[in-house]
Order: sequence, then structure tokens, then C-alpha cells
Amino acid sequence: MYTPHTSRDIEAMLRVIGVGSLDDLVRVPDAVALRHPVEVTPQLSEIEIADRFARHAARTTAGGYTSFLGAGAYRHYVPPVVGAIAMRGEFLTSYTPYQAEVSQGYLQAIYEWQTYIALLTGLDVANASVYDGATALAEGVIMAVNATGRKGVLVSSAVHPNYRAVLRTYAEGLELAVDELPYGADGRTDLSSLEAALADQRYAAVVVQSPNFFGAVDALPAGVADTIKATKTVVIGVVAEAMSLAALAAPASWGVEICVGEAQSFGNAIAYGGPHVGFIAATTAHLRRIPGRLVGKSVDSAGKPAYVLTLQAREQHIRREKATSNICTNQAHCALCATVYLAAMGKTGLRDCAALNVARSNELRDKVAALPGFAARFAGTPTFNEVVIRVPGRAAAVLATLEERQILGGVDLGRFYPELEDCILMTATELTSSADVDRLVTALSEIPVRAAASV
Amino acid sequence: MPLPAFDTPLIFETGQDGRANCYLPSGPALDTLLPKHALRDELPLPDNSELDVVRHFTRLSQKSFGIDTVFYPLGSCTMKYNPRINDAMANIPALRDVHPFAPDHAAQGALAVMWELERALASLFGMAAFSLNPAAGAHAELAALLIAKAYFKKKGEPQRNVVIVPDTAHGTNPASAAMVGFKVLSLKSDAQGRVDPDEMRNVVGPDTAVCMMTNPNTLGLFEPRIHEVSDVVHEAGGLMYYDGANANALMGNTRPGDMGFDLMHLNLHKTFTIPHGGGGAGAGPVGVAAHLIDFLPTPVVRAFDADGNANDATGWRETADLTFALDFDRPDSIGPMRSFWSNFAHMVRALAYTYANGADGLTTVSKLAVLNANYIRASIRDVIDIPYDEINRHEFVASAQSLKRETGVRALDLGKALLDRGYHAPTVYFPLIVPECLMIEPTETESKETLDAFIADFRDIVATAKSDPEKVLETPVNTAVGRIDETRAARQPDLRWHPPAAG
Repeated sequence: MYTPHTSRDIEAMLRVIGVGSLDDLVRVPDAVALRHPVEVTPQLSEIEIADRFARHAARTTAGGYTSFLGAGAYRHYVPPVVGAIAMRGEFLTSYTPYQAEVSQGYLQAIYEWQTYIALLTGLDVANASVYDGATALAEGVIMAVNATGRKGVLVSSAVHPNYRAVLRTYAEGLELAVDELPYGADGRTDLSSLEAALADQRYAAVVVQSPNFFGAVDALPAGVADTIKATKTVVIGVVAEAMSLAALAAPASWGVEICVGEAQSFGNAIAYGGPHVGFIAATTAHLRRIPGRLVGKSVDSAGKPAYVLTLQAREQHIRREKATSNICTNQAHCALCATVYLAAMGKTGLRDCAALNVARSNELRDKVAALPGFAARFAGTPTFNEVVIRVPGRAAAVLATLEERQILGGVDLGRFYPELEDCILMTATELTSSADVDRLVTALSEIPVRAAASV
Repeated sequence: MPLPAFDTPLIFETGQDGRANCYLPSGPALDTLLPKHALRDELPLPDNSELDVVRHFTRLSQKSFGIDTVFYPLGSCTMKYNPRINDAMANIPALRDVHPFAPDHAAQGALAVMWELERALASLFGMAAFSLNPAAGAHAELAALLIAKAYFKKKGEPQRNVVIVPDTAHGTNPASAAMVGFKVLSLKSDAQGRVDPDEMRNVVGPDTAVCMMTNPNTLGLFEPRIHEVSDVVHEAGGLMYYDGANANALMGNTRPGDMGFDLMHLNLHKTFTIPHGGGGAGAGPVGVAAHLIDFLPTPVVRAFDADGNANDATGWRETADLTFALDFDRPDSIGPMRSFWSNFAHMVRALAYTYANGADGLTTVSKLAVLNANYIRASIRDVIDIPYDEINRHEFVASAQSLKRETGVRALDLGKALLDRGYHAPTVYFPLIVPECLMIEPTETESKETLDAFIADFRDIVATAKSDPEKVLETPVNTAVGRIDETRAARQPDLRWHPPAAG
């Protein structure tokens, strides 16, 4: 319990209020009184709390495995300076910076975050964050729907399956039609049916992801974005691995007008899926449709530069049912972690990190694909830090065998794409060593017989 | 508590190319790894030394308030102390680093954390089940309304598309309703600031989908006829939704489930001590009554005993003998609300807080939150208007309307004057039905001494407003900057730094 009241305090306060007891303060009608006793945990001391969590941690054994998991949540090196800054109480325990005079530091940090995201995506403006990559996509689609008045969206099937699933959840509420573009033999979005699909102008947006769910660089080829825009359809680009922005062509350079994504890779823990941090960047034309908070620079009464939450006429606390979104609380502290991370890594560190991701995943692909019975599924297509490996037998069986050897080999693609049930999505980052890759290769080299036996 | 007024250049205006920190081995040249057309031309970001980075952000932090530095009497936001043990538990590497696609057998402890918390919340708030999936309160409202929409669709009543919202409601309520295509019907509160069941009877009908309420309401007043309101909505075929923003007032005393609510959310970053972090990340579990369980977002955490039988108990219990699995196969589910399963690190924090209190502790928490709020009200009611001057719950509203008439000093100005004295301002101008509103919620973690100091400062500010109003209108002066030109910020949006033009 974290209450400082002594019984003397309580008596004195009750006297001032003019009631006899604490129970008199909280009395409710019999009709709504508790019907059953509350069954909650016992009250514990800190030592006992730590002991319980030590037991929960002991049952969470994933950390003991060599891991090649990615697929939207990435293991990257986080310099300790990120945690040291982020845990300062003025950041960690502050409220949403509505009172700008006492929030100048946090507001400036979010202004810097907005700038980092704008520079990385090549777009004009970015917001103060949204919940995560999947909800960023849903919100980006809502922007396009509001911009065009059209109630459909065309999404590449190589967009993260969880993002597409969340988009469908939101679409149910908004009554949007969600159609998909197939992926091609090279693991990139198959654009051959695009022009026909755009002909009747029923889509608010076309959504592609790069690198896509298969790790493949899937930027729209030259001219395609113009074809899309010619039908007054919005080009939405998804980035589920923000680290790629340090290396790959900026989304704006290949025609993206609204870029949505996930920045967990910048200094945030994987933490079994959250909290992570979604971002939305856009061209100026879409500025007033951006959901959530925006920090702007202005001046104070003495003419001194000052930061403040701005364009709030878009938001729910002002516009209520006419707001651009219902979002209120966002992911400010995760965005702060990302900002400190980006500042500490700098251009040089980010470039090195991105290059190491490409190099280590190339090494992973080359070594595994060289094994008899294994192959790179979309060989020849450039990738960032993930590769699709075709395995002999079912991916699920191969992964289960790897687990017996303390290896988490990647994501079974059959879980999302039935036709890829013999494929594993494997990820390598700067934290993946050659020794890790060699362990995997050794384990896999002993597998085919076993996997075949279990099919 | 004055804040420093020094300027801090943007991180983009400092640093030098080549001033890199050595966190990683050097990478190979990117153009040896990927085709040139796939690569970006330039990366216009600064290289700063680690010391300069630390100094930059430390200086920024010094220009911001947090609960760790000042008292936040911030109505509707429940800014209570954030115990450090919670962060320590969330940072245990095994829990911090587990991947969402790790197989269930390698994540049993993480799943146990989620299950225990869900069960504790269900028991505490009288729901059949909770999902930890939504990322924040507004996100949970959206999930709940999607659940309602799916429920009525399945029941063959898709015409139900009206959400009834009292005029005291949070802005997220109507905004969430709009996102599921529901129409919003605003219901006027009665003279006592309550929802009148007879008034409700006049507005419900065959198109009623959901009534969204909070109790205590945003005036801090308990709705004593809430069960009658629930009956009216249920008789009309609608569902009752509980906005959990004010849950800190009633733990262990009464439950939304017992009041007749079918759906609810909690803001764990309010009631369960997750740090607000400057506006998130939050966490907004959504709770449902038994008839709505099938519609919960995916995935759902399932527990099984040693014989493989599912354990769907609503109360908390020990978990060492249970095994857990994520269940994605839920045909009636609304689907997932976000990329992965929950804001898990926050679930660790919330469970640590639950352990630290237990049922009795949480009951005491709510009682003392109510005590603190009533103590402030009773101690300032002779100097400021209290439009509903009765026993309130965890918060209450004052009004600066008379003060403004006499002196020109508004609610906003009182808030700014409080900033100068080292307090965060109360919530002002909400709820919308009280003119010149100040909404004050002290929470239970503040001591009588802190409240007494605040009361003395508040009374002194009101006295100054009467004797020398200009002095109050000029505030704040002890902060990093003075009042800000918000019109300019909106008319000439400057939302980012731009690199200097080349050449």
C-alpha cells in the first residue's frame, strides 16, 4: 500500500469534512452493494512481490534460447543511456503536456521525435505517436478515407498479417471494404492487377509495406505511385522495422504520402509485444487529418520560443464525435525512448546498425540455404534483416525440433499463409552473431530426417 | 518550485559529423550489400557525443513537472505515486525481452502474469472476463463498442446504432462511438448532476445500442440510481458500458458488474499506478459480462489444470499448477485491436501493484482517495464556488464563475497561478456543464501535509485574486516560459526542424 495516512490524520480530516467514518464517505445504496467478496491476490511486501515475479520469470524460459524471431518485434542493442534518461521521474511520471509552461522539456523532446520521423521517412510532418504499427495503419487508412470519401482500401498481402487483421477489426466499425493484392514469385507485391483495380476509383488508398512481411524490399517501382495518385487514391507505406529507414530509400522518395509504422526497434524493449510505438508521417496536404497529438513551436508572452500541443481542434476532447480519431493517451514515453536512442546512435551508429542487420541476415540466408533440402524462398530479392527459408517438411515440425535444441528458429509462415507451410521467416540483427548462425545451421543439418519422420 | 528558464538548442542544431559513439562494430558499406536503387541518398541526422546527449535530455527533464517532483490535483486523471518496484519487475530480463511469437511453453510466466491480472480485475470489478489487448482507455472504448456491434449483429438486431452519452462524459466516448458508425445521443444531467432514470426512459428505444456512463460521474458524484438506469437500458435491449476512468473511487466497495454494466474499461495508468509517461503508453483492459465473452479481442489467455481441463474461474488464484495458452481461434471475436497481445510491461506493473495491496489494500486505497478529495473540498468551500456541495467521491468540481465576475480571474488563471507555486494545475473547463470549472482529484498517495500546503496556497491565490487580480493574471512567472501564443502555433504550424538549405 502506498498511502501515508495515520489514524490521527484520518480522524482530523473526517472532522473537517463533518462525517463520522470512512465508511460514511463511500456508502452506496444496498442495490449496488458488493454481492460477492472480492477475490484478489494477497497483500504482499516488496520482498514477496519480487519473489513472485522471480517465479514468473523462471517460467518464462524464452530468454534461454538462441532466437531468430522478428516479424514485427525486433531484438536490437539498446545503449544504457536510453534507460538512464527515460527513467528520470520528470519524464516517467509526468502527465500529458497540456500545461505547456511546466512541460517545455517533454514538449521539445516530442518536437524532436516528430522531426526524426519526418527526416527518416522524408515526409513533411509526423505526429506525437500512436499505439503501435498496426493501429498506425488503421489510422492512416482512416485519414485516406476522410480525404477521399471512399469506403474501400487495397492492401498488399505482403503487409504484416497482424496489421491487416487489425485493419479488418477497425474496418468492421467503419464499414470499409478491405481487398488485397497478391504477392508475386519474387516475394514482392504483385502489381499486375493494380491498374484494373483502380479503374472504378473505389479505393481510398493502396497500402504496401517495405521491407514487407517477408523481409523483401518492396518499394513501389518508379511511376507506380503516380499511376495510383492519378486516380486520386492515396499511397500509404508501412514500415514495420523502423531500423530499415536508416538504409533504405525514404518512403517519400518512392511516392508514399502517408507513412505509418512501428518504431519499437529504436530503443524500446520487445516486452512480449508492448508497449511499442506507432508513428504516422504525412505530406502537408494531409496535416489536418492526422490523428492524435501534435507539438508545435510558438512563442511565449515575452516572445521567447516555446513549445505547445497544437491543432487540437482535430482531437476528441475538443471535437468529440467529429474528431479525426478517438485517440487520447498515446505512447509518449516510448517515443521519448526512441528519441534518446536516435540521438545517442546518431547518423553513424544508425548506418552501421542497419548495415550489420543486412550483413548478418545475408549470412544467415546464405548459410542456411546452402544446406541440402533448404532454400531461400524468394532468392534474389533484396532483403533487410529477414529472410524466408523453405525447409524440408512442415515448418512447424522443424521449429519444434529446433526448440528441443534451445533455438527459436523463426516464425512459421503457414500460420498466416497456408501455401507457405514449408517456410520459416528468420530474422538476424546486429545482436545475431556468426556463432548463433552456426548453431542454427548445425541443428538444421541434423533435422531433415527427423522432420520428415514427423510429417 | 521554479523551473529553469535556460534555452536548450534542438538536438539537430548540435553535434558534428564524425562525433560518433562506439556502440557497435563498424558495419560494411551498405552499397556492397544492397542495390543502389534500394538505398537512400543521405541520412540527415546529427552525431552527438553521449555526454552531450545526456546533458541535452537531462536539461529538458529539468523543465518538466512529474509526480516525482510536484503534486498533481488533476481531476479525471488519477495521478498517483508510481511505485518503483513496479518498474523493477517490468525490467526483469526474462519478462522484458520475451518475444510475442515465442512458443507458449517458453512464455508460461508471462502468460501467468496476464491471466492473474485478468482474474483479479474481473473479481474486483464484477465482470466475467477481461482482455488486456487494448492499448489505452479510448482504445478499449473502441473495442467495447465493436463488441456491442458484433453482439447485436449476431443477435439479428443490426439496427441498434445509437450510443447514449451523458453530457458529463469524457470526449473519447462520443469519438469512439463515431468510429464504429454509431450515432451519439447526448443526455442532459439533472439538477443534482446525475442521470435520471425517467429521463433515460424517454430516450431509449429499439435503436439503442449502448449507454456509456461512469460512476462516480465526472463531477465526482455517485449515481445512486445507477441500477435503475441499467434496468431501463436493459429493458430496451441495450447494453451498459462503464468508463473506468473513475474506478479509483470504488474499489472493494461496489462494482460496475453489480450496478448492471455489461462492458467496461479500466485505465491501468490511472488506477493501477502505471506511470503516465507524459501521455502514454497507457493500458486499457476491456471487461465484459458472461454473454459477451465470445466477442473479446484475440488472443485470449486460457488456463488449464494438470488434467488439461480449462480453468475459467473469475477470481484470482495461484498459478504455479496451471499451464497457459494463447487462444486465437475465436470465431465470434471482433479480432485483434493491436499488433501484439498487450502492453505487457504495464501488466507486470499493474500486477505488482495488485500484489502490493490485495483486496483489503485496494479497498483502503479508494476510501482514502475519497477522503483526500472531500478534505480539500471542505477546506476551500468558503472561498470558491462548489456547484454540487455534497459528499463527493475521489474528485470534485469547483467553479471560478463568481470569482471571475468579481475580479476577472478565470479558472485558467487559478491553474497558472498554481503552477508558479509548484503544483500542477487542476483539470479546467471539464466537465463542460460547469462554467469556469476546476476539477480536483488529489488521489490517496498524498499526505495530509501536502494537502494542507495546497489548501493554504489555493486560498492565498484566491485572496490575491480579490486584492490584486493583475498579479494572478500575470502568472506563471516561475516556469521555463510564460503563457504561450497558442493561436500562432495553430495558424503558423511549426511542427518540426528543417535542415539548413544546402550551399
